[in-house]
Amino acid sequence: MAISVKVMRRPEAGRTSYMRATLKGMSLTFKHMVRPTKVTLEYPEEQPDLHPRWRGTHRMEVHADGRPKCVACGLCPTVCPANCIRLVGGEDDQGNRYPIVYEIDEFRCIFCGMCQEVCPVEAIHVGRHFENAEYTRDRFVYDLDRLMEQDHPTTLLWDPSDPRSE
Amino acid sequence: MGEMQELSTFWFVTIGAVKVLAVFTVVMVVVAYMTLAERRVSAFIQDRLGPNRVGPFGLLQPIADGLKNIIKEETMPGTAAKFYFVLGPALAIMPAVVTMAVIPFAAPLPTPVGTVDMVVADVPIGILYILALSSLAVYGIVLSGWASNNKYAFLGGLRASAQMISYEVALGLSVIAVLLLVGNVTLTETVWQQQQLGMWFVFPLSLAFIFFLISALAETNRLPFDMPEAESELITGYHTEYSAMKFSMFFIAEYAHVVTASALLATLFFGGWDIPFWTGDDMFRHESGWIKGFDEAGAPIAATPSVLITLLTLGAFCAKTGFFLLLYIWIRWTLPRFRYDQVMHLGWKVMLPGALGYIMLVAGTMLVLEQLEVPFGMLYGGVLTGVSGITTLAFLFFVDRDRVISGAHRKRNVGRRRVPVAREAGGPAASN
Repeated sequence: MAISVKVMRRPEAGRTSYMRATLKGMSLTFKHMVRPTKVTLEYPEEQPDLHPRWRGTHRMEVHADGRPKCVACGLCPTVCPANCIRLVGGEDDQGNRYPIVYEIDEFRCIFCGMCQEVCPVEAIHVGRHFENAEYTRDRFVYDLDRLMEQDHPTTLLWDPSDPRSE
Repeated sequence: MGEMQELSTFWFVTIGAVKVLAVFTVVMVVVAYMTLAERRVSAFIQDRLGPNRVGPFGLLQPIADGLKNIIKEETMPGTAAKFYFVLGPALAIMPAVVTMAVIPFAAPLPTPVGTVDMVVADVPIGILYILALSSLAVYGIVLSGWASNNKYAFLGGLRASAQMISYEVALGLSVIAVLLLVGNVTLTETVWQQQQLGMWFVFPLSLAFIFFLISALAETNRLPFDMPEAESELITGYHTEYSAMKFSMFFIAEYAHVVTASALLATLFFGGWDIPFWTGDDMFRHESGWIKGFDEAGAPIAATPSVLITLLTLGAFCAKTGFFLLLYIWIRWTLPRFRYDQVMHLGWKVMLPGALGYIMLVAGTMLVLEQLEVPFGMLYGGVLTGVSGITTLAFLFFVDRDRVISGAHRKRNVGRRRVPVAREAGGPAASN
């Protein structure tokens, strides 16, 4: 038998009072009728509390002068298990590497958050955000500008010394 | 002396038409808001919110629903009997609405042109009219079930007719107990006699009230007696094939029935528009004019109808009816549906003999009281209350605990009820 099966004891014939059971049921429903327990979240008006480690769509951190923090090291496309990041790196006159193309296909992404974990300069992040609706499918491939525009809070990384993020 | 100023024919007709319109409108509005109340209350009972988007607290939801149902496409099954398919919803809705006509909803209202009865039609056959018309509604259900040419719809219609026949008997017999005490069949007199007795009939006729409540639930096809719909067994029974406004009309019919049944329960057993613990509102159309009672010598005491009393009694009537409307919803969302054989068993083998026996008991008690020349009043009602109370408790004790009606597990134990069962082994297997 599976571990969580609860066997209900059925009373013998003549041992249950239907009247009492009915009245008990009526009083229970009455209690809920006059004082319902609130479980519904009235979504557009009320927002849910997202967990600090909720992993949603990405955002790219930017420097104060508006450049992306990404140094095009290529670690995130390498580590990405869904292979959804496309990165073409470039180098400027001073020898600083920067991304020429940085695209994330959010449909392919499995939101594992490994890109954020692997990033040496804390440029790419997964975010605490879930309202991603779009009218067309191609809008789900986020390019570099789109990633830099995102302003939702970023996900807290898992800290081994605080495994439950408390 | 309360001068009886009769209405002239012109005013009788005019005020009659106004009353018809007013009652019809009120019933329809109450029906519309019953659908909302049902959804909201069921939501609260199940810890949900219910429809609260259209207007404040969802109060405009019935209007949105009505609009939607009118705009929706009507479907007509290809093999349906078209004429009867269309006739069905109309037949279902009509009797439900017209039965409200004989229910008095307030004390008489004085107007400059005469005193107006606050009842659409105070017909002398009152309760008989209701019994005759309310059971007509089943024709609509049976007809639409048959005309749909769908086996589930047909089964629903059959169940509705079987259930209607079974419970109409118990309903009629429980009303007879009331008629015995009233001595008349008009509903205005029912209210008047409850004022005279000094207590509502729910006390001296408690068992009749229980029978009437159960039969009324069955008559209106509400849970726990919604055999004709029975979503889990028959899809939705007789209105499976209906859509849009025709579907909506079945719902209006059902709720109109609920409103009528609630008003009837309030009138027959809870004093109608009578305000409890106050004799100032007692009023009745006597030969000599409006009276509020009789003095020691048996001479009538005059009453003066007033607008204030009319409004107060209207409030009392609405409160009582509203309570029963809520009770209907409350019961629906608490109790599960009966099995079909249980419904038949309860109707024929429990309620029919029970109601018959109870009539004999009430009649016998009344005969004894009359022989002892107990006046119709508190003592008279008190004795009946005692007798009925004991009978009710005995009845409830008797039907409880599988003695009369039982669940499926009883069937296994038939013939071996005396065999001691090993108590330590739990679970269903242990009882075999």
